[in-house]
Amino acid sequence: MTEATTQPLLASALDGDRSSLARLLSHIERDPRAETEIRTFLASKETESVVIGVTGPPGAGKSSLISALLPHTTSSFDRTAVLAVDPTSPFSGGALLGDRVRMQNHGLGDRVLIRSMASKGESGGLARAAATATQVLAACGWPLILVETLGIGQVELDVMDLATVIAVVLNPGWGDTFQANKAGLTEAGDVFVINKADKDGVQQTRADLQDSLSLLQSPVPIQIFETTAVNEDGVAALWQGIETYLADAQATGLQEQKLRTRRRRLLMRILQSGCEARIESYCCSDHGSAQVERALAGELSIGALQADLYANISQPE
Amino acid sequence: MQKRILMAKTGLDGHWRGPTIVARALRDAGFEVIMIGMANTDDIVTSAVDEDVDLVGLNVGGHIDVAIRAIESVQRVRPELPIFAGGTITPRAAKQLEALGVEVYPPGSQLTDIVDAAERLTGTK
Repeated sequence: MTEATTQPLLASALDGDRSSLARLLSHIERDPRAETEIRTFLASKETESVVIGVTGPPGAGKSSLISALLPHTTSSFDRTAVLAVDPTSPFSGGALLGDRVRMQNHGLGDRVLIRSMASKGESGGLARAAATATQVLAACGWPLILVETLGIGQVELDVMDLATVIAVVLNPGWGDTFQANKAGLTEAGDVFVINKADKDGVQQTRADLQDSLSLLQSPVPIQIFETTAVNEDGVAALWQGIETYLADAQATGLQEQKLRTRRRRLLMRILQSGCEARIESYCCSDHGSAQVERALAGELSIGALQADLYANISQPE
Repeated sequence: MQKRILMAKTGLDGHWRGPTIVARALRDAGFEVIMIGMANTDDIVTSAVDEDVDLVGLNVGGHIDVAIRAIESVQRVRPELPIFAGGTITPRAAKQLEALGVEVYPPGSQLTDIVDAAERLTGTK
């Protein structure tokens, strides 16, 4: 697809055409330059969309939980988009995107849009295009967007950059008090879910989490919910908890603060990719590639190469 | 860039081994395989559109009419989208599917043939 098709596709997607939206999402996945173009274009557009990040270790039940949440989310927000990220194989480049298997039977028709995305080598728990895809979905009028991360370990928390609220999904028997006090995952959650709560060990996991969370400074209380997603136990209470969190976050100014942080990160990323493009074109130019070769041969110091690079890329285009 | 394949089952919720192995072989060949499992016609059409796939793989179980309905519905929305099918398909049913432009890989088909077909149908090779 050529660059010339990006704008018409975007226009038609913004107009509400669902298959254009789907093609646009593929387009930004495949073409980093189109992604930057769209990200820059949409950065100035304010949307009211709420983005809920759902994260946690592999097999915790994130997809099943999202599936069980859909009847609730659509009753509050009318329509819900789900962006579900699964891993790309580092061996073949292929991927088995299986989140949809758990979400298929929502019976909510066109009010739900599910899009699967492969991580394509990103290490932050999302795919490169996930943030822009979320922006696109918001701009196309999806009022609520659920973003399911890869199954993550401790620090793959890119989802923090795009979510209004983050639900961390864990299971009974997950770690102990030391695990709960390690940095990363337990600091990132706004709402905690102990899923598969029909298994042993719920009370211990809750107690360990509670201990750890009690030390965090949050203007909005962080709650822990117990669910068994496959039979919908506790899911209504969880959704109520998320809605309460959203209302509290708005009332205390926390949401505004998060939005500012998010917009700043987005801006930084746009600036960064602009710089990267300039570095790339410097390295590909006759002069730049010769300088790089000289540095590799030891004829030019890294400092001198850097100085030459900065002198060259700081010229206005 | 990776091509995307939708893998769906029509008919009964069983006989998972086949589609799972095929999905795995396609993944290993570098495709992004979107599994939706047991699905009705509407689910298959919605998934084919929303996931913007390059190929649909149908695992046919149960009555062939269900598969035909799904195929015709997908073709109405995305006439250019190639479809191939596997599963328990009788020779007579295979002819019906082939008449709709669907390539058929009945029991006994080799995984390498299926992967080759996916590459050919998506223009990867």
